[in-house]
Amino acid sequence: MTLKTEPFVVNVGPQHPSTHGVFRLRLTLDGEKIIDADMVMGYLHRSMEKLAEERTYTQNIPFTDRTDYLAAMTGNLAYVIAVENLAGVEPPERAQWLRTIMSELQRFASHSMAIGIFANDCGAWQTPVMHMFRDREKILDLFEMACGARLTTNYMRIGGVSRDIPPEFMPTATKLLKDLPKRLDEYENLLLENEIIVARSRGVGVLTAEQAMAHSVSGPMLRASGVAWDIRKADPYAAYDKLDFDIAVGTHGDVYDRFVVRVAEMRQSLHILEQALEMMPEGPVNAMQPTATVQPAWSAPTGPLAIRPPEGEAYARIESPRGELGFYLISDGGPAPFRFHIRSPSFINLTPLALMTVGSTVADAIVILGSVDIVVGEVDR
Amino acid sequence: MLGMVKAIGTTLRAAFRKPVTVQYPTEKKDLPHRSRGFPVLLWDFEKTEPFCTGCQVCARYCPVDCITVTMKDNPKFAEGKSKRKKIVDKFYLDYARCMRCDICVEVCNFDAIVMNNTWEGVELSRYDRQDLVMDLPELLRQSRTGDLEDPFREPMGVAHSGWAPKAGEEDEQAAQAAQPAAAAGEAAKEGGEG
Repeated sequence: MTLKTEPFVVNVGPQHPSTHGVFRLRLTLDGEKIIDADMVMGYLHRSMEKLAEERTYTQNIPFTDRTDYLAAMTGNLAYVIAVENLAGVEPPERAQWLRTIMSELQRFASHSMAIGIFANDCGAWQTPVMHMFRDREKILDLFEMACGARLTTNYMRIGGVSRDIPPEFMPTATKLLKDLPKRLDEYENLLLENEIIVARSRGVGVLTAEQAMAHSVSGPMLRASGVAWDIRKADPYAAYDKLDFDIAVGTHGDVYDRFVVRVAEMRQSLHILEQALEMMPEGPVNAMQPTATVQPAWSAPTGPLAIRPPEGEAYARIESPRGELGFYLISDGGPAPFRFHIRSPSFINLTPLALMTVGSTVADAIVILGSVDIVVGEVDR
Repeated sequence: MLGMVKAIGTTLRAAFRKPVTVQYPTEKKDLPHRSRGFPVLLWDFEKTEPFCTGCQVCARYCPVDCITVTMKDNPKFAEGKSKRKKIVDKFYLDYARCMRCDICVEVCNFDAIVMNNTWEGVELSRYDRQDLVMDLPELLRQSRTGDLEDPFREPMGVAHSGWAPKAGEEDEQAAQAAQPAAAAGEAAKEGGEG
């Protein structure tokens, strides 16, 4: 006698701890094997792109904090670079370095969350993530010191940054940079060779380099597949062209490699920060702020808060912790953008999810989703 | 097996570490000077009136439209006690909508509004959403009573509008900008009707 079986549909989410937000994964199962994976998104849709068309260029900066809420600094940065390209504003040298420092601090904070939550998904419930939270808090303290907020920073401005760092920032940051390598060693001891993590993630969710490129995947996910593509090297912005760092590349393109690439990137971030804190020059931090000797690049009577870029379009991309974050803006000469589009890495990195999950088990699907490191605020915008 | 032993070793070492957390409601960490709580208005102790002239620049630049301001003639100006010709009449700030982005502080030409950098600026739970709409006395309360000891006042709006205060000139500037024509000019310049 043969048993008759039929496919079974399981909804992972929208309220599920492993979906990292309000995201739904519809898995069709044959026994424990996944035969189809379908993503349902839009639960966190806030209509960012349409909202932006109603607001001036500066008013949109705090909204970019809220797309990728684990990496607000890089969200700010990508947007202001796009506006600067549109308006033809060149930020001063010190602002470029401050932007670099803040982006790298943000990358460390975001990656520490990514690997902590990934360990959560692998079953190391809360212990690793608490280690990472401790150090992330210290970075957020630095953000609070510089701009007053921890998560929704709103620090970058068109033409520079909102204000210079306070005098106590540099000693605190230097001290923190001495501590963080030790902390990173600790993370590696805790997770990198841990047999459970290796067993859960080696050879799971493999994405070859061709598949990754075909799906426009970017960031640590692409690099784990063996493609050395980093916007910081390929199309340098801020002060990255003056810095010496390596691109962390994986070989297998599986979940474990993504995790290893993130840890290696955190090392590189610390390496960049060490250089940047030393090399940062003195000077003005915003091209729009008139000083005794320098007149603003933007002519009166419109200040930067009522900036009206000339007609045209601009695209700016940066390497956010999750991948290539791009902002595409069209100006019709008015005070608000005519079109505002976000190329968000979280959303595009999800495209090969079905490819990676079909054929594996439910438990693996959770780990694969964790390794993509999505932020649902950025997926849905 | 070695990996597991290393991981357990790390966990064991962490067990003997001093905790980095504090017992929050009873024990509070120091907030940095720039900490951004909800915005509050400042009180001018010299002239015993608010710094705010009701020019509505903050209301116009608020990305979430949470500010409503009206302006009136300053009675103290007629008496010659103040150089502010116009002064704020009503000021409503909806803390439920505010997203603490700091833009109102940056555009203010009179340094009249600051982000609250005390714990009171973030501990604001209420039972009714309507109670989060703050009126003028409530917004001025912390500055008037001295609870807001050391607000972070940086002439940011100034930097953005190209207007730079010099020591001792603040009164003059305030009076100048409070003149109707000048105020209108200032507003047009600031806003560009964005």
